[in-house]
Amino acid sequence: MRCLPEEGAAVMVEPALQIKGLCKSFGSLIATDDLHLDIAEGEIHAIIGPNGAGKTTLIAQLSGELRPDRGRVSFAGQDITALSMPARAGLGLARSFQITSIFGDFSALDNVALAVQAHAGHSFRFWRPASEDNALYDPARHVLERIGLGERAEETAANLSHGEQRQLEIAMALATDPSVMLLDEPMAGMGRDESANMVDILCGLKGQLTIVLIEHDMDAVFALADRITVLVYGRAIATGRPEDIRANEAVRAAYLGTGDA
Amino acid sequence: MNQRQIWLTLATLALFAAVPPLTVVFDQPFYMDVVARIMILAIAAVSLDLILGYGGMVSFGHAAYMGVGAYAVGILSYYGIDNGFLQIPLAMGASALIGLIFGAMSLRTSGVYFIMITLAFAQMLYFLAVSLEEFGGDDGMSAMRSEFAGLLDLNDPLQFYYLIFVCLALILLFLHRLVLSRFGMVIRASRGNERRMQALGFPTYRYKLAAFTIAATLCGLSGALFANLNEFVSPDAMQWTHSGEIMIMVIMGGMGTLIGPVLGAAAFLLLEENLPEWMELIMTNAGEHWAIVMGPILIAIVLFGRGGIHALFARRGGGSHG
Repeated sequence: MRCLPEEGAAVMVEPALQIKGLCKSFGSLIATDDLHLDIAEGEIHAIIGPNGAGKTTLIAQLSGELRPDRGRVSFAGQDITALSMPARAGLGLARSFQITSIFGDFSALDNVALAVQAHAGHSFRFWRPASEDNALYDPARHVLERIGLGERAEETAANLSHGEQRQLEIAMALATDPSVMLLDEPMAGMGRDESANMVDILCGLKGQLTIVLIEHDMDAVFALADRITVLVYGRAIATGRPEDIRANEAVRAAYLGTGDA
Repeated sequence: MNQRQIWLTLATLALFAAVPPLTVVFDQPFYMDVVARIMILAIAAVSLDLILGYGGMVSFGHAAYMGVGAYAVGILSYYGIDNGFLQIPLAMGASALIGLIFGAMSLRTSGVYFIMITLAFAQMLYFLAVSLEEFGGDDGMSAMRSEFAGLLDLNDPLQFYYLIFVCLALILLFLHRLVLSRFGMVIRASRGNERRMQALGFPTYRYKLAAFTIAATLCGLSGALFANLNEFVSPDAMQWTHSGEIMIMVIMGGMGTLIGPVLGAAAFLLLEENLPEWMELIMTNAGEHWAIVMGPILIAIVLFGRGGIHALFARRGGGSHG
């Protein structure tokens, strides 16, 4: 296993997300196998690996949906291993889902406003219509514009195209004002143009927040990632810059194949 | 809520308001009692719809809270406390408390388990009521009508009728505001995708529990009014079949709308009231077997009338609520 290229930097700056000795198995199937990983602040860190490598299981453990059997997850220096999913989201750890998870009955704008609401204190407010609440809808409109869905704001979410729904998914994660976003295959099921559009959107976010990106689309991964970790059978077999990963023999053998990625 | 639903709600309420004079004009005083009953059941149904239709929580024990509200009035009356200003808040408070406790435990489960556990809790209360010999056990107990310090006389059918009417109208207004509020957004979105809500940062459990408790509280009011209307309380009010009937009213009228359950309660009670008579016209002695016809009607409505009675009126805007 390769270490970080700039070990000094990783020691000095608190990593945005730190994974230490994480283990998770389902019966005899080992999904996460003693995983150690530091996600540096502000980077786009891609996690790739063949199907069944445990990528989504890892995201589930980072977001709090699954409890690891062993190991620790720290977020900005705070141990969050025992925290629930809503509590982690409250700290600024947002996630998107591999299978589009939007509220189909609501408009695109309502979906994003709901995400804003998640961070606007408690929701024990029973009388005033949420839709007249500018504290929710102004930021929501802003996020939709930013993600390129401004003109589709009033459309019912279920009527949006697949690509637009994936964009909405990102917009919702973004609207919770996170410092770290966990994106589970944001390009899943997208055509070439839609993928390129999504790469542009994520590129625009680069540097503003930390992104952990799981993706099968290698063009997108190599275009976006500052660093890449390759996961095989729950183990990180390599972590490094894209060019290092491309040149890594073990990775080629395990995953990328012998041809050019 | 779309414009059409608001108009339909207002039209229904206007009709209810006009019932007392209409019963005089058509010389059918009996119908005032029927519509009073409809409105009381409508309160129970619309409270169930808050958690069932909007929140996606299939509670199969909602009659329990009606029973708690009814018994609160009955037991207080038994001990000579018939002040309505005390009875009604206590009835609602008791239902709220029981709803909070049952909800706190039931909402730890989901799906079929949630249905079964809410049913089990309700049956527990039912058998408790049956076993309370002091309060009539199986036979139930009589209850005096609540006194309102001379401000309101429930023995005057007209005053009682309009008290129920005002309760229903206020509850509809309250729930109309509630489902569109921040809280309502959380409840409605949690029905669609609870996992997503948690990922956004909503601790959904406490919002669902709050909704469950609100529903139980409102249903408790319905029970308190029910005890007053019948001047009688019995364990049957919390029997599981009664929970089923309230649920049928919601489904029949249209889940996830506020006016749907009201129309459902009206349809259900009017059918129950008139079906025996109509069947008697076709065949003598057929009336007592009215349930044979009622069953298929309910099944047909659920199978073919998606969106319930409400959808017949609101074809275009029907279905999802938004």
